[in-house]
Amino acid sequence: MAPNEFDVIIVGGGITGAGTQRDCAMRGLRTLLIERSDIATGATGRNHGLLHSGARYAVNDPESARECIEENMILRRIASHCIDETDGLFITLPEDDLGYQQTFVESCRAAGINAEIIDPDLARKLEPSVNPELIGAVRVPDGSVDPFRLCAANMLDAKIHGGQVRLHTEVTGFIREGDTIKGVHTHNFQTGEDADFYAQVTVIAGGIWGHGIAGLAGVNVGMYPAKGSLLIFAHRINNMVINRCRKPSNADILVPGDTVCVIGTTSTRIPFEECDNVAVTPDEVNLLVTEGAKLAPSIMSTRILRAYAGVRPLVSADNDPTGRNISRGIVCLDHEVRDGVKGLVTITGGKLMTYRLMAEMATDTVCRKLGVEKACETATTPLPGSEERSYEAVAQKIWESPSTAQKAAASRMGTRASRIRTGNRHDEALICECEEVSVGEINAAIDRMDVSSLTDLRRRTRVGMGTCQGEFCACRAAGLLAKAHGCVEKERADIADFLQERWKGNFPIGWGDTLREAEYTQWVYKHVLGL
Amino acid sequence: MKLQEYTRSKGNFEECMKCTVCTAYCPVLQVNPLYPGPKQAGPDGERLRLKDPYFFSNTLKYCMNCKRCEVACPSGVNVADLIQAARIKYDKSKPKLRDRILASTDLMGTLTRPVAPIVNAVTGLGITKTVLDATLKIDRHRTFPKYSSPGFEIWLRSHKREQAAFPEQVAYFHGCYVNYNYPQLGKDLVKVLNALGVGVQLLDNEKCCGIAMITNGMSESARKHAVHNVAALQKAVDKGLKVVTTSSTCTFTMRDEYPHLLDVDNSAVKDSLLMATRFIYEKLEKGAKLNFKSDFHKKIAYHTPCHLEKLGWGVFSEKLLKMIPGVEFTMLDSNCCGIAGTYGFKKENYEASQAIGQALFSQIKTVNPDVVACDCETCKWQIEMSTGYTVMNPISILAQALED
Repeated sequence: MAPNEFDVIIVGGGITGAGTQRDCAMRGLRTLLIERSDIATGATGRNHGLLHSGARYAVNDPESARECIEENMILRRIASHCIDETDGLFITLPEDDLGYQQTFVESCRAAGINAEIIDPDLARKLEPSVNPELIGAVRVPDGSVDPFRLCAANMLDAKIHGGQVRLHTEVTGFIREGDTIKGVHTHNFQTGEDADFYAQVTVIAGGIWGHGIAGLAGVNVGMYPAKGSLLIFAHRINNMVINRCRKPSNADILVPGDTVCVIGTTSTRIPFEECDNVAVTPDEVNLLVTEGAKLAPSIMSTRILRAYAGVRPLVSADNDPTGRNISRGIVCLDHEVRDGVKGLVTITGGKLMTYRLMAEMATDTVCRKLGVEKACETATTPLPGSEERSYEAVAQKIWESPSTAQKAAASRMGTRASRIRTGNRHDEALICECEEVSVGEINAAIDRMDVSSLTDLRRRTRVGMGTCQGEFCACRAAGLLAKAHGCVEKERADIADFLQERWKGNFPIGWGDTLREAEYTQWVYKHVLGL
Repeated sequence: MKLQEYTRSKGNFEECMKCTVCTAYCPVLQVNPLYPGPKQAGPDGERLRLKDPYFFSNTLKYCMNCKRCEVACPSGVNVADLIQAARIKYDKSKPKLRDRILASTDLMGTLTRPVAPIVNAVTGLGITKTVLDATLKIDRHRTFPKYSSPGFEIWLRSHKREQAAFPEQVAYFHGCYVNYNYPQLGKDLVKVLNALGVGVQLLDNEKCCGIAMITNGMSESARKHAVHNVAALQKAVDKGLKVVTTSSTCTFTMRDEYPHLLDVDNSAVKDSLLMATRFIYEKLEKGAKLNFKSDFHKKIAYHTPCHLEKLGWGVFSEKLLKMIPGVEFTMLDSNCCGIAGTYGFKKENYEASQAIGQALFSQIKTVNPDVVACDCETCKWQIEMSTGYTVMNPISILAQALED
């Protein structure tokens, strides 16, 4: 085979694409993943990071609920360093119908979700931040998941199994012979190069952009873009996920993720043209804060770090203008069967929680087309980094008495933290003080994880995700990147891009301490460093 | 509608702009690279600890609780409170015997006082110091404060009637040091206050303020003391009395650490509790007069204890000393002496403690005063041991300068 020939090309570097590449690679296929930006830049990195128990869907969408709880249990085993087993509460407030609780619990149990009605007093004790006025509470096996880490780990495992990854590379068209797709034309934004790649099967895993990509092959996948906005708070208010026990609605999930917590979401239909540039509106911020405060009143007085929005890749099914009632079900299309276009598969719909199942379905389809008969092993084989159940165990194994930064590194990298160079003051120096990321950890990411910019680095290490939003870490990390890439000038531009991107998230909630901090950042970079 | 009119968080940790001024001002960080520094140990670490107490680091024990980070912070973050509160909440290690002994100032005073001369002789012996160093890890360079018998409380009780005769009254929280080690300071205060027409009475059974317990991992005992003392202060306040003190750390502990670290509400008594220097200064401001000796001459270098700096009250001591005719006054630069209560007594902290105090010590030697003035007893031990200069509480200097 020539170097530009593969068994399968996966288009899209979100969690679905990364998961599909891993599954294909583990089944012995030669894989290439193409992503026009960086990993997890679409809906993958723009959601709650909720490890759904499935309870949210139990009443209206039992199939999704069942998929969620099954995948939830699988991810606990295979992705331990990406998830936090927090458990969750579904609370009933005085304004809600307590009668719904019974329907809810029965639906959960029918879907195989362990939902347990607990005394409101116990709920207040388990989760002190919860609205004390609650009149009912149900405990479910919710959790949180770091989508960036999960995506990176899948891609890394694909690479370990021989897969290739091309980031910042866009598919500009398909190579078509008659009714067969033979490969893709691509353009690399960083090098400016155009290149063709060939494969027997191409899988489109482009989320909401899958609509446009499929269009290049002349097939129509009816997608339905629904924007969801979320707010990140500067620290964890809650240590359990808090949901409202009612029909799913706006701003009714508060998820603790890593050092922060996230409230969301809203749901608004938007045109396709806006998918690349979604913004959070003041009305959405209002809604998220006021509704969120009903889950945990301290939201009203907690510093907001950022606002962001993502686009749900829902597959059109009816004309519901809100998108809430559309099934989050998985759609796997073999375009040979559906449209008479050979060598093309689309995997879409679904959600972060069910990415592995989606990948399995897509890979089964690919294997069937290629006549490969190897069974899927992704449900039982831990991702690289997840070979231990807890970060305590990881840290204790690597370091005799781990520092806070080393403990934090173990919580981010899992067993791969053993690759971090330590034992000297340079490697142990902190780049990001808010999240405790060391020089050694940054260099480990640069070495192995396709980092081309500070923003890429952020998704892999949490650099710049803390309270200071890049104020102190951006210039330090840029130094390491400049050294690794041997280019100072490029890094100067990179810092500006990175800070602009940070400001984009600060802007919709630009008041109070967040505004002070942003102003201070500006002083540092504009007036002190002269950028 | 108005969203988020204000934000608040425990110890204001979210107000932190990461400017790192606290880190630049931390005396420990300058000398001990094992300490993560106030920003890292305080507001930064707090976010991780909120995720999981596992991220607590026992290097937080290197914090001296001098509060200089809080004085430096332009955003009002209670940096040191966050660190001490984290130690209280997450450090599950049991305090060592040594730490228990060092923390139990009250108990040690009570036990040793009847045999004070013997204890003083024994603790002063080189062999005792060597044994304490080897067994308990109390550094051999340190000298335990001498115990005094009888204590201040007994002395004041024997003067109860004449004190009651004064038209105006205050209550005095003397603290362990005045009672067990140095009653003369208490007597000096009585002399100065009497000269202002104010009689002095004891609180109804005060206990150690508890600061040494807080910093030595005995917060439960400290909380009991706090509850007890707030009740004792309340009784005095109910009688319409102000409560004065001569120790900056006891004062700071009862005013700020009780609510911040021990969750003991002192709001009803806080405003009535103040340093005697402030009480005296305010009386003089209102027209009261003190009659000073005409031939008093002293070159005084004044060191503001860290906790007094945090209270913002060093100015009262400074103004009082400057008021004394014949005083040549030098304000020493703002530096920590390095002792931080029981911190510097521990063998593992000795070197850091001395290194921290170095700037202060050399400035004192350059100024070469007759006496160093300071409102804190542990600063006194440290400066006397490290420089050889005598250290006196401003109240004692005032008393000396007064016409008899």
